[in-house]
Amino acid sequence: MDNTHKTILWQEHCNLGAKMVDFAGYSMPLSYSSLIQEHNAVRTDAGIFDVSHMCVIDIGGQDASKFLSYLLANDVNKLTDSKALYSCLCNNNGGVLDDLIVYKLGNNYRVVVNAATKDKDFAWFEQHSKNFDVILQRLDNLAIISVQGPNSREKASHCLPINFAKCALELSKFSCFIDSKTNWFIARTGYTGEDGFEIIIPSADAISLWRKFINNKIEPCGLGARDTLRLEAGMNLYGQDMDESTSPYESGLGWTVALDAIDGNSTREFIGRDALWQQKIDRANKSENLHMIGLVLEDRGVLRHGQKVVIENTGEGVITSGTFSPTLKCSIAMARVSANSNLKNHSSCQVIIRNKPYLAKIVKYPFVRTNKKSYKLVEG
Amino acid sequence: MSNIPQELKYNKSHEWVRLEDASTVLVGISDHAQELLGDLVYVELPEIGQEFAAGDECCVVESVKAASDVYSPVGGRVIAINETLVDAPEQVNQQPYENGWLFKLEVSDPSELDNLINAEQYEAMLAEEA
Repeated sequence: MDNTHKTILWQEHCNLGAKMVDFAGYSMPLSYSSLIQEHNAVRTDAGIFDVSHMCVIDIGGQDASKFLSYLLANDVNKLTDSKALYSCLCNNNGGVLDDLIVYKLGNNYRVVVNAATKDKDFAWFEQHSKNFDVILQRLDNLAIISVQGPNSREKASHCLPINFAKCALELSKFSCFIDSKTNWFIARTGYTGEDGFEIIIPSADAISLWRKFINNKIEPCGLGARDTLRLEAGMNLYGQDMDESTSPYESGLGWTVALDAIDGNSTREFIGRDALWQQKIDRANKSENLHMIGLVLEDRGVLRHGQKVVIENTGEGVITSGTFSPTLKCSIAMARVSANSNLKNHSSCQVIIRNKPYLAKIVKYPFVRTNKKSYKLVEG
Repeated sequence: MSNIPQELKYNKSHEWVRLEDASTVLVGISDHAQELLGDLVYVELPEIGQEFAAGDECCVVESVKAASDVYSPVGGRVIAINETLVDAPEQVNQQPYENGWLFKLEVSDPSELDNLINAEQYEAMLAEEA
């Protein structure tokens, strides 16, 4: 293998018989047994994912809050200690450079960014840190294991050190903590729509913990299931659902943009703020805008990235992410369409699959919550 | 290493053929093919009575990853289809050579069977592709 990177758990995946694929320059497990079996394990029981290819950046120093407040489109001042926040990282035009999670740990912050964008992101952080009293640390010696599913927290707790496990089980949703002696970090967050933990530990501890999870009957799950799970949960994938040419408003992520300070009395200064503020005004005044919509195909067939979407007398667009939903047993998708205000009156549209038109329902996602269908139809 | 039963004949496009009698064959896709596709979610079977020439697209198998055409290995008329695959497409993944069979053909020209390759040749072809 040439320049392909491997995570610390690479050999474990091979030993488990995983089908490996290249993802963001890493050799990663696509699936171990079957995508559908792994997906269902997470929805009904518990599954683990190796996501060590993602990147952890710790931010400390006097200006840590000010720095992140300036860099991120969501407001870190919303965070109380030990809480997590999902945010877009935008450029000056309001285009999305990446999406990420930021955790507040006392006066410091931990940010986790995508594998494909980590070099770009860290360079951006460094570039913009010059006027702030901050210490940036890119931590490349860590492993990240995500345990997800209704039984995941309980099963995981049997594999964790006793005191650490006790504290982990006490975490409320979107909360986290770090053990300063061992540098073991755990958060009650995830990318599947299920309850669970994301655990960040020194690489040296990863194999042992991974094997404990496996021996405790937690199903190893690959990138294939990770994608069907996140799409069912209505979560965006950077590089596919949004990129530098799209703004959060055009990507279904308007809810993550905090244009104003939490006191509501002042504007917040952050990179891209002016462009986003202008865009918000423009969107209210223009007859046609880009919107992200959810699609459900009731017929047989699979919606896929790149397929054309047509909404009668209203607009058209393209599917950004599409797949077969193992939980709903039909195909679902996110699509970006250019449409006028008539969009709210449409509950269906046409998708062109292999040159034939298929009828799809337009819905508000998430598509699945707690293993059940949860999408809302558009009311005309 | 994928499973390649010795008694079957194969096509370069990864279909297998089992001779039921002198003029009837069972057709499916190989273990290698189902492995590449991943979990199948839909199978679009041909209709009984449809006639195909060798090489015609006659069936579509669709997985989460991609949709793939299945080509008729020889010319003939469809006399049976595996309807259980409508509700259980995963049978193709689980038993590509048994319960995962796709359709049965009444072969119009049995000499076309000689154009197919045997298990050894198919295995060699896969090794070369790897």
